[in-house]
Amino acid sequence: MWKTVVRRFLIMIPQLFVLSMLIFILAKFMPGDPFTGLITPQTDPARLEELRQQAGFYDPWYVQYWHWVTNMFRGDFGDSYTFKVSVASLIGDRGLNTLWLSLVSVILTYLIAIPLGVIAGRYQNTLRDKTIVLYSFVSYAIPTFVLALIFLYIFGYQLQWFPTSGTVSVGEDPGTWGYFWSKVYHLILPAITYAFLATTSIIQYLRSEIIDAQTQDFVKTARSKGIPMNKVYTRHIFRNSLLPIAAFLGFSITGILGGSVFIETIFGFPGMGQLFIQSIMGRDYSVITALVMLYGFLALLGSLLSDIILSIVDPRIRIE
Amino acid sequence: MTLSKPLLEINHLFTSFRIKDTYYDAIHDVNLTLNENEVLAIVGESGCGKSTLATSIVGLHPPGNTTVIGEILYKGENLVNYSEDKLNKIRGNDIGFIFQDPLSALNPLMRIGDQIEEGLVFHTKMTDQERKARALELLDQVGIVNPERVARQFPHQLSGGMRQRVMIAIAIACKPRIMIADEPTTALDVTIQAQILDLLIELQQETNAGIMLITHDLGVVAEVATRVAVMYAGQVIEVAPVEELFRNPKHPYTRSLLNSIPQTERDHDRLQVIQGMVPTLTKMPKSGCRFAPRIPWVSENAHEVEPQMHEISPGHLVRCTCWQTFNFEEQETKEGVVQ
Repeated sequence: MWKTVVRRFLIMIPQLFVLSMLIFILAKFMPGDPFTGLITPQTDPARLEELRQQAGFYDPWYVQYWHWVTNMFRGDFGDSYTFKVSVASLIGDRGLNTLWLSLVSVILTYLIAIPLGVIAGRYQNTLRDKTIVLYSFVSYAIPTFVLALIFLYIFGYQLQWFPTSGTVSVGEDPGTWGYFWSKVYHLILPAITYAFLATTSIIQYLRSEIIDAQTQDFVKTARSKGIPMNKVYTRHIFRNSLLPIAAFLGFSITGILGGSVFIETIFGFPGMGQLFIQSIMGRDYSVITALVMLYGFLALLGSLLSDIILSIVDPRIRIE
Repeated sequence: MTLSKPLLEINHLFTSFRIKDTYYDAIHDVNLTLNENEVLAIVGESGCGKSTLATSIVGLHPPGNTTVIGEILYKGENLVNYSEDKLNKIRGNDIGFIFQDPLSALNPLMRIGDQIEEGLVFHTKMTDQERKARALELLDQVGIVNPERVARQFPHQLSGGMRQRVMIAIAIACKPRIMIADEPTTALDVTIQAQILDLLIELQQETNAGIMLITHDLGVVAEVATRVAVMYAGQVIEVAPVEELFRNPKHPYTRSLLNSIPQTERDHDRLQVIQGMVPTLTKMPKSGCRFAPRIPWVSENAHEVEPQMHEISPGHLVRCTCWQTFNFEEQETKEGVVQ
């Protein structure tokens, strides 16, 4: 098991190499240079040229690439031109916010989706099932930003149940319970919005898996042993139906670490998604490249995580 | 044969499935008796209703779209009227099931030991240790060499033959009076088939249980059955003791079936087949002899209008009267035309 995990990490090296090359090439193609944002009417073009020289702008591409990669390994992703701080610390702050938001969102999503999917699958074609399917179609059809705006308007502005932006109230001291609860309080509305939309695929997956599992031979065997139907569901059908969902979990954990662009932007939540949008708007190349690189890494990590989770829940899959 | 006590009596059983709001009979007026200490083989082509018959007995068919009418008498009570809860007391405890494909019939995520113990949980008051011990004992009984290890393994780690042994261990866990084996050897190699059949018979002789063996393999029938019921299109068309059936088959369908077995001593250039196909559920003739369309050269007058079972010698029953005039010669001459 551990050997496989290590080997999978080693396989990630060439994958990351290809990814970094692609990102580097794309970055090189982007218009402007790191100093475009610094230009003001007072800037001396000669001084600008000097800065470009210093930064290695005229070096051959492979030298530039080498600098970029080696710096990255040292945790140096350069500085953000718009925020005037190092990219690493910027991502660190935003990442932590997103991490909490993701965790709460994923937990909420599965808490809602699993019971609904199970009920819809078990009571197929009943009113309960049809209601749940209708809900999942509606939530699938609503664009994120529309729902986010509606929730923000209703629960944030009209009812004023939840704060409308930020991650923590002003005046709370870090480390206290008040600070902690304030953080959680700020998370709830964006997390609910996310969960409301993300449940769709899990409900549909689970529903069809359960309908499928009901007709499997081992269910007939279980029934032939004289096991009551409720127990057949809990002991046989659910466990087998949850396999694809478990496989999905790895991706959803790392996927959501990338942050939700819409939700974070609309709820004014300073996370990774919002940072990504801001850096694109502000042509903050060093942040963009670092983020894309990070997203790529997370995607690879997600697939590894999914494989590990699947091998834990499904004895037929043993990664050796 | 007639001396042994009947365990299970099936009288006028009709099982129908709903297809687009109409119910169609998959089992039509089946009458059968399963006695103690016998192997009753149910033979027939795919789709003739043999598996449906098996699942009807303890209501294992998918609920909702199925109706079962008639009488299935077990210990003097009609199982057809039983509620799901009452059936659960019978299933696994009094009637054990063995299914065709042991890989798909075992839960892939559950250890073998747990799957064997499951029935015991619901039918006995054994403690955890007793159940564990019983599971190992059962595995040993079905001829598994290393029970401790196998009990901890998952189905995919076993060979096909071992899986079917595990299935049998599950079926006999509560010492059932009746075992229903639905094509237990179809998914196995020929050499393993013989082992599994031997095991079934051996276990039966220990417990005096009655086995209902569903198969389409006449070789299996000849080897282990005491009596045979031949099914065609949802009906039993001939019942006879095994020797009688092979030596003196009456119904045209039974004779065609036996005739279609390739034999080395007979010098045929082509495989003997029965022309036509089993009608599908929705195209089943509503009245008359259901086999008539497949023996068109037999005149209509030879068939009964409402074919009944006739006892032509003790224990040998045949449906319809068409067997009296049926012969193969005309088919032989027709073959050139048909093919």
